[in-house]
Amino acid sequence: MTASQMPVLTLQLEVTLMTDASETDREHYEAVVVGCGPGGAAAASRLADHGIETLVLERGMDAGSKNVSGGLIYAEESAPYTVDDLFEGFREEASERPVTDYYIHNVAGNKVKSYDLTALHQDDTDWCDAVLRRPMDSWLAERVHEKTSETGGGVLTNVRVNGLLRERGRIVGVTCDELDPIEADIVIAADGVNSELAREAGLMDWEDPNEWFQGVKAVVEMEPDVIDDRFDIDEDEGVAHLFSGDLFEDVRGGGFLYTNEDSLSIGTVFHLDSLVEEQAEPHELLDALLTHPLLARWLGDEYDEREYSAKLVPDSKKVAHREPYQDRLVLVGDAAGQMQAQGPIIKGMNHAVTAGALAADAFAVTRGNADPAAAGRRYTQMLENSGTMDKLRPRRYDLARTVGERDRVTDAVERVLDSRVGSLAIGNPIADRVLQRAYNSPFLVSMLPDTRTGYVTLPSIIGEEHGRTLHWESSVEPPTLDERIGDLTYDTDVGNPHIEVRDTSYEASGAAVYACPVSAEDFGGGCYRSEEVKRNGTAATVVSLDTQPCIECGTCAVVADTEWEHPRGGKGVEFREG
Amino acid sequence: MRSIVLTKGVPDFSDGAVSFNEEGHLERGKTPTVMNPNDAFALEAALQTRVRHGGHVSGMSMGPPGYAAVLEEAMEAVYTDDSYLLSDRELAASDTWATAITLSAGIETYQEEIGNVDLLFAGFKTADGETGQTGPQTAWALDWPIVTHVIALDIDPDERLLRAKRLVEGDVDEIETVEAPLPCMVVTDPEFEPTYRKASHRLTHKRLREETQNRAAAHDRHLTTWDHEDLNLDPDYIGLDGSPTIVSSVDPIPKAPSEREATMVDPADSDGMNEVLGELAPYASGANTAEGGD
Repeated sequence: MTASQMPVLTLQLEVTLMTDASETDREHYEAVVVGCGPGGAAAASRLADHGIETLVLERGMDAGSKNVSGGLIYAEESAPYTVDDLFEGFREEASERPVTDYYIHNVAGNKVKSYDLTALHQDDTDWCDAVLRRPMDSWLAERVHEKTSETGGGVLTNVRVNGLLRERGRIVGVTCDELDPIEADIVIAADGVNSELAREAGLMDWEDPNEWFQGVKAVVEMEPDVIDDRFDIDEDEGVAHLFSGDLFEDVRGGGFLYTNEDSLSIGTVFHLDSLVEEQAEPHELLDALLTHPLLARWLGDEYDEREYSAKLVPDSKKVAHREPYQDRLVLVGDAAGQMQAQGPIIKGMNHAVTAGALAADAFAVTRGNADPAAAGRRYTQMLENSGTMDKLRPRRYDLARTVGERDRVTDAVERVLDSRVGSLAIGNPIADRVLQRAYNSPFLVSMLPDTRTGYVTLPSIIGEEHGRTLHWESSVEPPTLDERIGDLTYDTDVGNPHIEVRDTSYEASGAAVYACPVSAEDFGGGCYRSEEVKRNGTAATVVSLDTQPCIECGTCAVVADTEWEHPRGGKGVEFREG
Repeated sequence: MRSIVLTKGVPDFSDGAVSFNEEGHLERGKTPTVMNPNDAFALEAALQTRVRHGGHVSGMSMGPPGYAAVLEEAMEAVYTDDSYLLSDRELAASDTWATAITLSAGIETYQEEIGNVDLLFAGFKTADGETGQTGPQTAWALDWPIVTHVIALDIDPDERLLRAKRLVEGDVDEIETVEAPLPCMVVTDPEFEPTYRKASHRLTHKRLREETQNRAAAHDRHLTTWDHEDLNLDPDYIGLDGSPTIVSSVDPIPKAPSEREATMVDPADSDGMNEVLGELAPYASGANTAEGGD
């Protein structure tokens, strides 16, 4: 610090001191909900229904401005709560098109075999709509604010909760960048996949890439009547297409395309460990999908990308916390790892809604109980009893994976499938019918182990043996990474980076250079870059970071050695579509 | 807590909006009127007081009927409850003294008819006059204490006291904390920043914004206009007749003659650019030498 900066600092301290609250007149709310996505919105809405004074703190400048999903939201027949139960008019006002047709495309080069997955999709599904998170979440937040205002609370945006307020080691509330500490009888952390509260409490971590997927998405402009025409649907219908096979080399994962009112959501979802292992560039994998001839007939000649985005997806089979609470803190949604990957179908928002509402109910029935953890314990029981936990962590998956994911077994199965015999077996006409049925079986799909067999080998053999050949080329030219970053909106917190690299060696943090969706090898305009430096005569490759283009997905928190926080309230990237 | 914020319309001096004639004089008729930029800080201070302690905030301005738009802007920006415009032909061409007399009469009338005022807020200097006199003169006319250059403000309603951080001589290096009894006039510094560290304050702020949307749309219904008779003012003491100072003339500041000749080169003109590079070359080679010496 230079001498000329000193007085300025003094000024800020003094001004703050004058308005600081002492511990004795701390603010108190019965419930504090952190984050106003679907989980937080459902929790706050139910809390208000129970007459509980509820404060919702959202770090975005608008609810949804920090949120990204694929995104399909499901209403399951078996779920205790669905989003339209809690928010009347949701489907009319906040969602895009319903999914009326559902397909998976097995790709091998330019050969494609498509299966109709509508039966799998409809299993336990009351309805399913495509959504864009900015319009959806901001709509939810308005309803939540109306409801919570009536019980003495409300929704505040631009406030980042940065930690847990403790007294004698016990969680009693939250601390924020923008507000004085707030006490609460219950803290519902619905602060997303990179929940800082879950990590501070030691309930979740960012350690193992094997527990995460990374999703990357482009929202593509398209007139409603063009969508109707190209996908052969009515204006109140929509489609979902999934893609798997060798489209993405050997990286385990797949792609999706959903129809919105006047845009398409096209994206890819990959196992993070596989991305790291294959040193794949996420934006290039997305481009591989966008430029595949299979999509050419839908995308046409004019490609206009509205927004590029990315997010980490927890694999609930591995990380959904079985007891997501501590003292007065409970976790809901992504913060608790509640994102179900049921084979090709990914369900997250519906479980966040259920969990949020159950957490609120759990608090309502245990209100006044002297044990601070009573609500958390009740919530855990409710997740169990409602069958939600078994969807998130199916027992049959736990049984299947003990053999399935062992490398030796995978290798043996792969060798058989790669051989002529294996291909012939899958390639015969009877197998084709069986395969379509197998894909449509929720039971079998939930057992699919996460090996390349399920994602790459099997689909590409299906494509090769059963597929029809596409004889046309794609004329789609996706924007460069530089252009994609340039099109995003940022309010940069200059001089206050929210991520710091702890270990700058390439061994520790180099994976971020390719795995970060806004960085790439030999690209200077992204977050992470590697450079040669000479020290004492020896050359070493080190990693440097510029957080300005960061889209806050959290990938680098897992694959690199970082100190990772969210930016202050209202700062950082602002998604308009989400 | 009841506050009045004084605000004024000034010519919009921003690029593209302001219009000058050939002699360099402002063309008032062609230049739109906007709220005096410094008044924004006074309004924020009044809002902060209202959010923290509740109560009522009124906007007040002296000027032609068109200044109602400025009061409407204040309502939209900081959710004032109502507006008072002191407007009369007799008030035209007032200097700072006559303006202060009129404003103090406005505040006294307000206290008689509406209610007692605890705080009077004003911004630091208007963008057109730049005198910084009207605020202090108004406080003098009311016989109220005044705190100027305020950058942070805290009110103790029970003790009827305000505490303020103020810049001394307008410099960040020197800050003093002062206390003053209410009622008091507060002149905010452009360094003033409101702080809302309590969730309840931010919720109140949000509620006020929601409530104001309808009110500002029907601003006329919340506007009271007072002429010199309403204010019980003698025409001899207001307007041009009541102004001891008169601006006799304004001289534009002459442009400094340029000392060196400038050559304009189009970047697309490669010959021209080569010439420029040629001129710069000696300096560049000097830099090379310096680097080689490392």
